[in-house]
Amino acid sequence: MRVTFTVNGRRHEADDVWEGESLLYVLRERMGLPGSKNACEQGECGSCTVRLDGESVCACLVAAGQAEGREVVTVEGLAEYARERDGSAPAGGSGDLAPVQQAFIDAGAVQCGFCTPGLLVAADELIERNPQPSDADIREALSGNLCRCTGYEKIMDAVRLAAARADDSAQEVV
Amino acid sequence: MEFLRPASWEEALAAKAEHPSAVPIAGGTDVMVEINFDHRRPTHLMDLNRVPELHEWEVGDGTVRLGASVSYSKIIDELAPVLPGLALASHTVGSPQIRNRGSVGGNLGAASPAGDSHPALLAAGAEVEVESVRGIRSIPVEDFYTGVKRNALAEDELIKWVHIRKADGPQQFSKVGTRNAMVIAVCAFGIALHPGTRTVQTGVGSAAPTPLRARAAEDFLNAALEDGGFWDNGRTIPPSVAREFAQLCSGACNPIDDVRGSATYRRRAVGVMARRTLGWIWESYRAGGNGRTTEGGARCA
Repeated sequence: MRVTFTVNGRRHEADDVWEGESLLYVLRERMGLPGSKNACEQGECGSCTVRLDGESVCACLVAAGQAEGREVVTVEGLAEYARERDGSAPAGGSGDLAPVQQAFIDAGAVQCGFCTPGLLVAADELIERNPQPSDADIREALSGNLCRCTGYEKIMDAVRLAAARADDSAQEVV
Repeated sequence: MEFLRPASWEEALAAKAEHPSAVPIAGGTDVMVEINFDHRRPTHLMDLNRVPELHEWEVGDGTVRLGASVSYSKIIDELAPVLPGLALASHTVGSPQIRNRGSVGGNLGAASPAGDSHPALLAAGAEVEVESVRGIRSIPVEDFYTGVKRNALAEDELIKWVHIRKADGPQQFSKVGTRNAMVIAVCAFGIALHPGTRTVQTGVGSAAPTPLRARAAEDFLNAALEDGGFWDNGRTIPPSVAREFAQLCSGACNPIDDVRGSATYRRRAVGVMARRTLGWIWESYRAGGNGRTTEGGARCA
Protein backbone atom coordinates (compact mmCIF):
# COMPACT_ATOMS: atom_id res chain seq x y z
CA MET A 1 0.00 0.00 0.00
CA ARG A 2 0.97 3.61 -0.32
CA VAL A 3 1.30 5.83 2.74
CA THR A 4 1.56 9.60 2.76
CA PHE A 5 2.24 11.74 5.78
CA THR A 6 4.17 14.79 6.86
CA VAL A 7 7.61 14.34 8.37
CA ASN A 8 9.43 17.35 9.78
CA GLY A 9 7.18 19.71 7.87
CA ARG A 10 7.58 17.98 4.50
CA ARG A 11 5.16 15.67 2.77
CA HIS A 12 6.59 12.17 2.37
CA GLU A 13 5.24 9.27 0.42
CA ALA A 14 6.18 5.61 0.38
CA ASP A 15 4.99 2.88 -1.96
CA ASP A 16 4.79 -0.88 -1.58
CA VAL A 17 4.55 -0.59 2.17
CA TRP A 18 3.62 -3.91 3.78
CA GLU A 19 0.41 -3.55 5.82
CA GLY A 20 2.06 -4.78 9.01
CA GLU A 21 5.02 -2.46 8.70
CA SER A 22 5.80 -0.01 11.48
CA LEU A 23 6.15 3.73 11.16
CA LEU A 24 9.73 3.27 12.33
CA TYR A 25 10.57 0.94 9.43
CA VAL A 26 9.04 3.33 6.91
CA LEU A 27 10.97 6.28 8.33
CA ARG A 28 14.29 4.46 8.39
CA GLU A 29 14.15 2.19 5.38
CA ARG A 30 11.85 3.98 2.96
CA MET A 31 12.19 7.67 3.72
CA GLY A 32 15.90 7.88 4.42
CA LEU A 33 15.48 9.07 8.00
CA PRO A 34 17.57 6.70 10.13
CA GLY A 35 17.82 9.08 13.11
CA SER A 36 15.09 7.24 15.01
CA LYS A 37 16.78 4.07 16.17
CA ASN A 38 15.53 0.52 15.89
CA ALA A 39 16.31 -1.64 18.89
CA CYS A 40 13.67 -3.51 20.86
CA GLU A 41 10.69 -3.30 18.47
CA GLN A 42 8.36 -3.62 21.46
CA GLY A 43 8.18 -0.15 22.99
CA GLU A 44 10.56 -1.00 25.83
CA CYS A 45 13.58 1.12 24.95
CA GLY A 46 12.29 4.44 23.61
CA SER A 47 15.09 4.77 21.06
CA CYS A 48 12.51 5.20 18.26
CA THR A 49 10.59 7.99 20.04
CA VAL A 50 9.02 10.47 17.61
CA ARG A 51 6.19 13.00 17.84
CA LEU A 52 2.97 11.88 16.17
CA ASP A 53 0.55 14.80 15.95
CA GLY A 54 2.52 16.29 18.84
CA GLU A 55 2.51 13.27 21.14
CA SER A 56 5.60 11.30 22.05
CA VAL A 57 5.18 7.76 20.79
CA CYS A 58 7.30 4.75 19.99
CA ALA A 59 7.43 4.66 16.19
CA CYS A 60 7.92 0.88 16.31
CA LEU A 61 4.39 0.48 17.74
CA VAL A 62 2.59 2.66 15.21
CA ALA A 63 1.45 0.82 12.09
CA ALA A 64 2.60 2.77 9.04
CA GLY A 65 -0.98 3.01 7.79
CA GLN A 66 -2.01 4.67 11.05
CA ALA A 67 0.32 7.59 10.27
CA GLU A 68 -1.54 8.33 7.02
CA GLY A 69 -2.18 12.08 6.82
CA ARG A 70 -0.58 12.76 10.19
CA GLU A 71 2.32 14.97 11.27
CA VAL A 72 5.50 13.27 12.41
CA VAL A 73 8.55 14.96 13.92
CA THR A 74 11.77 12.96 14.16
CA VAL A 75 15.13 13.87 15.65
CA GLU A 76 16.23 15.03 12.18
CA GLY A 77 13.62 17.80 12.35
CA LEU A 78 13.95 18.62 16.03
CA ALA A 79 16.07 21.76 15.54
CA GLU A 80 13.64 23.24 13.04
CA TYR A 81 10.67 22.21 15.15
CA ALA A 82 12.21 23.94 18.19
CA ARG A 83 13.07 27.03 16.13
CA GLU A 84 9.50 27.42 14.94
CA ARG A 85 8.14 26.86 18.40
CA ASP A 86 10.59 28.97 20.41
CA GLY A 87 11.29 31.76 17.94
CA SER A 88 14.28 32.40 15.76
CA ALA A 89 16.95 32.36 18.46
CA PRO A 90 16.10 29.60 20.88
CA ALA A 91 17.96 29.50 24.17
CA GLY A 92 21.19 27.58 24.03
CA GLY A 93 20.61 26.50 20.47
CA SER A 94 23.40 27.18 18.06
CA GLY A 95 23.07 26.91 14.35
CA ASP A 96 21.54 23.62 13.41
CA LEU A 97 20.89 22.29 16.89
CA ALA A 98 17.85 22.48 19.11
CA PRO A 99 18.52 23.77 22.63
CA VAL A 100 18.08 20.30 24.04
CA GLN A 101 20.63 18.91 21.58
CA GLN A 102 23.16 21.59 22.52
CA ALA A 103 22.54 20.86 26.19
CA PHE A 104 23.24 17.14 25.66
CA ILE A 105 26.59 18.04 24.08
CA ASP A 106 27.48 20.59 26.73
CA ALA A 107 26.58 18.26 29.58
CA GLY A 108 28.41 15.29 28.07
CA ALA A 109 25.19 13.31 27.91
CA VAL A 110 26.11 11.41 24.75
CA GLN A 111 28.14 8.23 25.05
CA CYS A 112 27.58 5.61 22.36
CA GLY A 113 24.74 7.78 21.11
CA PHE A 114 22.24 5.07 20.28
CA CYS A 115 19.62 6.16 22.80
CA THR A 116 20.24 9.85 22.19
CA PRO A 117 17.70 10.53 19.41
CA GLY A 118 14.84 9.08 21.41
CA LEU A 119 15.93 10.89 24.55
CA LEU A 120 16.20 14.19 22.68
CA VAL A 121 12.66 13.91 21.34
CA ALA A 122 11.29 12.88 24.75
CA ALA A 123 13.24 15.58 26.62
CA ASP A 124 12.22 18.29 24.15
CA GLU A 125 8.56 17.30 24.58
CA LEU A 126 8.93 17.44 28.36
CA ILE A 127 10.36 20.98 28.35
CA GLU A 128 7.70 22.10 25.86
CA ARG A 129 4.98 20.82 28.20
CA ASN A 130 6.66 21.62 31.49
CA PRO A 131 9.29 24.37 31.18
CA GLN A 132 10.51 23.97 34.76
CA PRO A 133 10.51 20.24 35.41
CA SER A 134 11.51 18.83 38.78
CA ASP A 135 13.97 15.93 38.87
CA ALA A 136 11.00 13.63 39.44
CA ASP A 137 9.31 15.07 36.35
CA ILE A 138 12.44 14.46 34.28
CA ARG A 139 12.81 10.90 35.54
CA GLU A 140 9.22 10.13 34.75
CA ALA A 141 9.33 11.75 31.31
CA LEU A 142 12.42 9.73 30.40
CA SER A 143 11.33 6.51 32.10
CA GLY A 144 10.57 4.91 28.75
CA ASN A 145 14.04 5.59 27.32
CA LEU A 146 16.84 3.19 28.13
CA CYS A 147 20.54 4.11 27.99
CA ARG A 148 22.62 0.94 28.16
CA CYS A 149 25.80 2.95 28.64
CA THR A 150 23.89 3.91 31.81
CA GLY A 151 24.77 7.57 31.41
CA TYR A 152 21.65 8.70 33.20
CA GLU A 153 23.24 11.28 35.50
CA LYS A 154 24.65 13.28 32.59
CA ILE A 155 21.34 12.93 30.78
CA MET A 156 19.59 14.39 33.84
CA ASP A 157 22.17 17.21 33.86
CA ALA A 158 21.50 17.91 30.18
CA VAL A 159 17.74 18.18 30.63
CA ARG A 160 18.15 20.41 33.69
CA LEU A 161 20.54 22.58 31.65
CA ALA A 162 18.17 22.83 28.68
CA ALA A 163 15.28 23.76 30.96
CA ALA A 164 17.35 26.34 32.85
CA ARG A 165 18.51 27.95 29.61
CA ALA A 166 14.96 28.07 28.27
CA ASP A 167 13.83 29.65 31.52
CA ASP A 168 16.64 32.26 31.42
CA SER A 169 15.79 33.20 27.87
CA ALA A 170 12.09 33.45 28.70
CA GLN A 171 12.94 35.89 31.49
CA GLU A 172 15.09 37.97 29.15
CA VAL A 173 12.18 38.24 26.76
CA VAL A 174 9.96 39.46 29.61
CA MET B 1 -2.45 -8.69 4.88
CA GLU B 2 -5.02 -6.02 4.23
CA PHE B 3 -5.18 -2.68 6.02
CA LEU B 4 -8.70 -1.52 6.82
CA ARG B 5 -9.26 2.11 7.69
CA PRO B 6 -12.88 2.68 8.72
CA ALA B 7 -13.74 6.36 9.09
CA SER B 8 -16.79 5.79 11.26
CA TRP B 9 -18.09 3.37 13.86
CA GLU B 10 -20.66 1.98 11.41
CA GLU B 11 -17.93 1.33 8.86
CA ALA B 12 -15.85 -0.42 11.50
CA LEU B 13 -18.75 -2.71 12.48
CA ALA B 14 -19.45 -3.51 8.84
CA ALA B 15 -15.79 -4.30 8.20
CA LYS B 16 -15.60 -6.53 11.28
CA ALA B 17 -18.73 -8.39 10.15
CA GLU B 18 -17.27 -8.89 6.71
CA HIS B 19 -13.83 -9.87 8.00
CA PRO B 20 -14.26 -11.51 11.41
CA SER B 21 -10.56 -12.37 11.55
CA ALA B 22 -9.61 -8.68 11.27
CA VAL B 23 -7.47 -7.60 14.22
CA PRO B 24 -8.47 -4.18 15.55
CA ILE B 25 -5.53 -1.89 16.26
CA ALA B 26 -5.77 1.35 18.22
CA GLY B 27 -2.61 2.31 20.15
CA GLY B 28 -0.74 -0.68 18.77
CA THR B 29 1.15 -1.27 22.00
CA ASP B 30 0.17 -4.95 22.03
CA VAL B 31 -0.74 -5.72 18.43
CA MET B 32 2.39 -4.21 16.87
CA VAL B 33 4.65 -6.13 19.22
CA GLU B 34 3.07 -9.36 18.04
CA ILE B 35 3.43 -8.34 14.40
CA ASN B 36 7.00 -7.08 14.81
CA PHE B 37 7.99 -10.41 16.35
CA ASP B 38 6.12 -12.46 13.79
CA HIS B 39 3.87 -13.92 16.47
CA ARG B 40 0.81 -12.87 14.59
CA ARG B 41 -0.04 -12.48 10.90
CA PRO B 42 -3.65 -11.36 10.73
CA THR B 43 -5.41 -11.40 7.38
CA HIS B 44 -6.65 -7.89 8.10
CA LEU B 45 -5.47 -5.11 10.35
CA MET B 46 -8.22 -2.64 11.20
CA ASP B 47 -7.12 0.82 12.32
CA LEU B 48 -9.62 2.26 14.79
CA ASN B 49 -7.81 5.57 15.28
CA ARG B 50 -10.08 7.34 12.82
CA VAL B 51 -13.31 6.49 14.62
CA PRO B 52 -13.97 9.71 16.54
CA GLU B 53 -16.25 8.48 19.33
CA LEU B 54 -13.72 5.91 20.51
CA HIS B 55 -11.54 8.82 21.66
CA GLU B 56 -14.36 10.53 23.57
CA TRP B 57 -15.61 10.31 27.12
CA GLU B 58 -18.57 11.66 29.03
CA VAL B 59 -18.90 12.11 32.77
CA GLY B 60 -22.50 11.31 33.67
CA ASP B 61 -24.38 11.30 36.97
CA GLY B 62 -23.31 7.89 38.18
CA THR B 63 -20.90 6.61 35.58
CA VAL B 64 -18.22 7.68 33.17
CA ARG B 65 -18.67 6.57 29.59
CA LEU B 66 -15.13 6.00 28.39
CA GLY B 67 -14.37 5.53 24.69
CA ALA B 68 -12.40 2.35 24.07
CA SER B 69 -9.42 4.21 22.58
CA VAL B 70 -9.07 7.01 25.16
CA SER B 71 -5.39 6.96 26.08
CA TYR B 72 -4.08 6.33 29.56
CA SER B 73 -2.49 9.80 29.44
CA LYS B 74 -5.93 11.35 28.95
CA ILE B 75 -7.38 9.30 31.80
CA ILE B 76 -4.59 10.51 34.11
CA ASP B 77 -4.92 14.15 33.03
CA GLU B 78 -8.69 14.45 32.71
CA LEU B 79 -10.46 11.78 34.73
CA ALA B 80 -8.50 11.31 37.97
CA PRO B 81 -11.11 13.12 40.12
CA VAL B 82 -13.93 10.79 39.02
CA LEU B 83 -11.95 7.62 38.33
CA PRO B 84 -9.11 7.79 40.88
CA GLY B 85 -8.38 4.06 40.93
CA LEU B 86 -8.19 3.82 37.15
CA ALA B 87 -6.03 6.95 37.00
CA LEU B 88 -3.59 5.43 39.49
CA ALA B 89 -3.49 2.18 37.52
CA SER B 90 -3.05 4.12 34.27
CA HIS B 91 -0.05 5.88 35.74
CA THR B 92 1.71 2.54 36.19
CA VAL B 93 1.30 1.57 32.55
CA GLY B 94 4.57 1.39 30.61
CA SER B 95 6.09 4.80 29.94
CA PRO B 96 4.80 8.18 28.73
CA GLN B 97 5.13 6.98 25.13
CA ILE B 98 3.04 3.87 25.88
CA ARG B 99 0.47 5.81 27.93
CA ASN B 100 -0.01 8.20 25.00
CA ARG B 101 -1.14 5.29 22.84
CA GLY B 102 -2.46 2.51 25.06
CA SER B 103 -6.10 2.43 26.13
CA VAL B 104 -8.55 0.57 28.35
CA GLY B 105 -10.26 -0.82 25.25
CA GLY B 106 -6.94 -2.33 24.23
CA ASN B 107 -6.39 -3.77 27.69
CA LEU B 108 -9.83 -5.41 27.52
CA GLY B 109 -9.32 -6.61 23.97
CA ALA B 110 -5.98 -8.22 24.85
CA ALA B 111 -7.46 -9.57 28.11
CA SER B 112 -4.06 -10.33 29.54
CA PRO B 113 -4.41 -11.26 33.21
CA ALA B 114 -1.62 -8.73 33.83
CA GLY B 115 -3.40 -5.76 32.22
CA ASP B 116 -3.10 -2.81 34.59
CA SER B 117 -6.58 -1.40 34.18
CA HIS B 118 -8.44 -4.60 35.10
CA PRO B 119 -8.11 -4.44 38.91
CA ALA B 120 -9.25 -0.81 38.88
CA LEU B 121 -12.27 -1.59 36.68
CA LEU B 122 -13.24 -4.54 38.88
CA ALA B 123 -12.96 -2.50 42.07
CA ALA B 124 -14.85 0.52 40.75
CA GLY B 125 -17.51 -1.50 38.97
CA ALA B 126 -17.75 -1.36 35.19
CA GLU B 127 -19.66 -2.64 32.19
CA VAL B 128 -18.18 -3.17 28.76
CA GLU B 129 -20.43 -2.08 25.91
CA VAL B 130 -19.71 -4.09 22.79
CA GLU B 131 -21.38 -3.85 19.44
CA SER B 132 -21.69 -5.67 16.14
CA VAL B 133 -23.96 -5.25 13.15
CA ARG B 134 -26.28 -7.61 15.06
CA GLY B 135 -26.69 -5.26 17.98
CA ILE B 136 -25.33 -3.99 21.29
CA ARG B 137 -24.43 -5.99 24.42
CA SER B 138 -23.43 -4.70 27.82
CA ILE B 139 -21.18 -7.10 29.72
CA PRO B 140 -20.26 -6.69 33.40
CA VAL B 141 -16.48 -6.50 33.48
CA GLU B 142 -16.35 -9.52 35.83
CA ASP B 143 -17.84 -11.61 33.05
CA PHE B 144 -15.78 -10.10 30.27
CA TYR B 145 -12.60 -12.02 31.12
CA THR B 146 -13.07 -15.65 30.15
CA GLY B 147 -9.52 -17.04 30.21
CA VAL B 148 -5.87 -16.18 29.69
CA LYS B 149 -5.97 -13.59 26.90
CA ARG B 150 -9.57 -14.53 26.19
CA ASN B 151 -12.63 -12.37 26.49
CA ALA B 152 -16.37 -12.50 25.90
CA LEU B 153 -16.25 -10.78 22.51
CA ALA B 154 -17.89 -12.58 19.60
CA GLU B 155 -15.80 -12.54 16.45
CA ASP B 156 -17.84 -9.79 14.82
CA GLU B 157 -17.96 -7.57 17.90
CA LEU B 158 -15.92 -4.51 18.83
CA ILE B 159 -15.57 -2.75 22.18
CA LYS B 160 -17.09 0.73 22.01
CA TRP B 161 -17.50 2.12 25.49
CA VAL B 162 -16.55 1.16 29.01
CA HIS B 163 -19.09 2.42 31.54
CA ILE B 164 -17.29 2.86 34.84
CA ARG B 165 -18.96 3.80 38.10
CA LYS B 166 -17.79 7.18 39.32
CA ALA B 167 -15.93 7.02 42.61
CA ASP B 168 -18.17 7.59 45.61
CA GLY B 169 -15.32 6.99 48.03
CA PRO B 170 -11.57 6.44 48.21
CA GLN B 171 -9.89 4.08 45.76
CA GLN B 172 -6.40 2.65 45.57
CA PHE B 173 -4.24 0.63 43.24
CA SER B 174 -1.02 -1.19 43.91
CA LYS B 175 1.30 -3.12 41.63
CA VAL B 176 4.40 -5.20 42.20
CA GLY B 177 7.25 -4.98 39.71
CA THR B 178 11.00 -4.61 39.52
CA ARG B 179 10.87 -0.88 38.78
CA ASN B 180 8.21 1.82 38.60
CA ALA B 181 8.15 2.20 34.82
CA MET B 182 7.98 -0.29 31.97
CA VAL B 183 6.87 -3.16 34.14
CA ILE B 184 4.41 -5.94 33.45
CA ALA B 185 2.73 -6.54 36.78
CA VAL B 186 4.05 -9.45 38.82
CA CYS B 187 0.70 -8.99 40.50
CA ALA B 188 -1.60 -6.05 41.16
CA PHE B 189 -4.47 -5.10 43.43
CA GLY B 190 -7.25 -2.54 43.20
CA ILE B 191 -9.67 -1.59 45.94
CA ALA B 192 -12.59 0.82 46.15
CA LEU B 193 -14.75 1.88 49.08
CA HIS B 194 -18.36 2.48 48.14
CA PRO B 195 -19.82 4.35 51.13
CA GLY B 196 -23.11 4.81 49.28
CA THR B 197 -23.80 1.09 49.42
CA ARG B 198 -21.47 0.47 52.36
CA THR B 199 -19.47 -2.04 50.40
CA VAL B 200 -15.87 -2.66 49.47
CA GLN B 201 -14.92 -3.96 46.05
CA THR B 202 -11.62 -5.49 44.98
CA GLY B 203 -9.74 -6.40 41.83
CA VAL B 204 -6.82 -8.82 41.64
CA GLY B 205 -4.51 -8.76 38.64
CA SER B 206 -1.88 -11.14 37.33
CA ALA B 207 -2.52 -13.74 40.01
CA ALA B 208 -4.98 -16.06 38.24
CA PRO B 209 -5.88 -16.98 34.64
CA THR B 210 -8.16 -13.94 34.58
CA PRO B 211 -8.41 -10.74 36.58
CA LEU B 212 -10.94 -11.33 39.35
CA ARG B 213 -12.70 -9.95 42.38
CA ALA B 214 -11.81 -11.48 45.73
CA ARG B 215 -15.47 -12.09 46.56
CA ALA B 216 -15.00 -13.98 49.83
CA ALA B 217 -12.70 -11.22 51.06
CA GLU B 218 -15.24 -8.57 50.08
CA ASP B 219 -18.08 -10.44 51.81
CA PHE B 220 -16.03 -10.89 54.96
CA LEU B 221 -14.98 -7.24 55.09
CA ASN B 222 -18.47 -5.93 54.30
CA ALA B 223 -19.88 -7.97 57.18
CA ALA B 224 -17.08 -6.99 59.55
CA LEU B 225 -17.48 -3.28 58.78
CA GLU B 226 -21.24 -3.48 59.19
CA ASP B 227 -21.17 -5.54 62.40
CA GLY B 228 -18.62 -3.25 64.01
CA GLY B 229 -20.48 -0.10 62.98
CA PHE B 230 -17.28 1.13 61.33
CA TRP B 231 -19.04 3.10 58.59
CA ASP B 232 -20.63 5.27 61.30
CA ASN B 233 -18.08 5.33 64.08
CA GLY B 234 -15.14 5.74 61.70
CA ARG B 235 -12.84 3.69 63.91
CA THR B 236 -9.62 2.17 62.66
CA ILE B 237 -10.06 -1.29 61.23
CA PRO B 238 -8.64 -3.80 63.75
CA PRO B 239 -5.48 -5.61 62.60
CA SER B 240 -7.25 -8.96 62.94
CA VAL B 241 -9.87 -7.89 60.41
CA ALA B 242 -7.26 -6.50 58.01
CA ARG B 243 -5.26 -9.72 58.36
CA GLU B 244 -8.25 -11.93 57.60
CA PHE B 245 -9.15 -9.73 54.62
CA ALA B 246 -5.57 -10.06 53.33
CA GLN B 247 -5.62 -13.82 53.73
CA LEU B 248 -8.89 -14.13 51.89
CA CYS B 249 -7.50 -11.99 49.06
CA SER B 250 -4.46 -14.29 48.87
CA GLY B 251 -6.83 -17.22 48.85
CA ALA B 252 -8.70 -15.84 45.85
CA CYS B 253 -5.52 -16.12 43.78
CA ASN B 254 -4.77 -19.01 41.50
CA PRO B 255 -1.34 -17.97 40.26
CA ILE B 256 1.39 -19.67 38.29
CA ASP B 257 5.17 -19.71 38.56
CA ASP B 258 6.74 -17.76 35.72
CA VAL B 259 9.74 -15.58 34.94
CA ARG B 260 8.21 -12.62 36.75
CA GLY B 261 7.51 -14.37 40.03
CA SER B 262 6.49 -17.56 41.76
CA ALA B 263 2.93 -18.51 42.63
CA THR B 264 3.82 -18.44 46.32
CA TYR B 265 5.24 -14.94 46.03
CA ARG B 266 2.21 -13.68 44.11
CA ARG B 267 -0.22 -15.07 46.65
CA ARG B 268 1.69 -13.45 49.47
CA ALA B 269 2.19 -10.13 47.69
CA VAL B 270 -1.53 -9.84 46.90
CA GLY B 271 -2.26 -10.25 50.60
CA VAL B 272 0.27 -7.57 51.51
CA MET B 273 -1.14 -5.16 48.91
CA ALA B 274 -4.68 -5.89 50.09
CA ARG B 275 -3.84 -5.07 53.70
CA ARG B 276 -1.90 -1.92 52.83
CA THR B 277 -4.37 -0.50 50.34
CA LEU B 278 -7.26 -1.21 52.72
CA GLY B 279 -5.39 0.78 55.36
CA TRP B 280 -4.85 3.67 52.94
CA ILE B 281 -8.42 3.96 51.74
CA TRP B 282 -9.88 3.51 55.20
CA GLU B 283 -7.64 6.30 56.53
CA SER B 284 -8.84 8.50 53.65
CA TYR B 285 -12.43 7.68 54.52
CA ARG B 286 -11.89 8.44 58.20
CA ALA B 287 -10.08 11.66 57.33
CA GLY B 288 -13.46 12.75 56.18
CA GLY B 289 -13.77 13.36 52.82
CA ASN B 290 -14.44 11.02 50.10
CA GLY B 291 -10.71 10.62 50.09
CA ARG B 292 -10.46 10.77 46.37
CA THR B 293 -6.93 10.21 45.40
CA THR B 294 -5.31 12.74 43.19
CA GLU B 295 -3.40 11.89 40.09
CA GLY B 296 0.17 10.88 40.53
CA GLY B 297 -0.21 9.76 44.09
CA ALA B 298 0.70 6.13 43.48
CA ARG B 299 2.42 4.99 46.59
CA CYS B 300 5.03 2.31 46.65
CA ALA B 301 3.57 -0.95 47.83
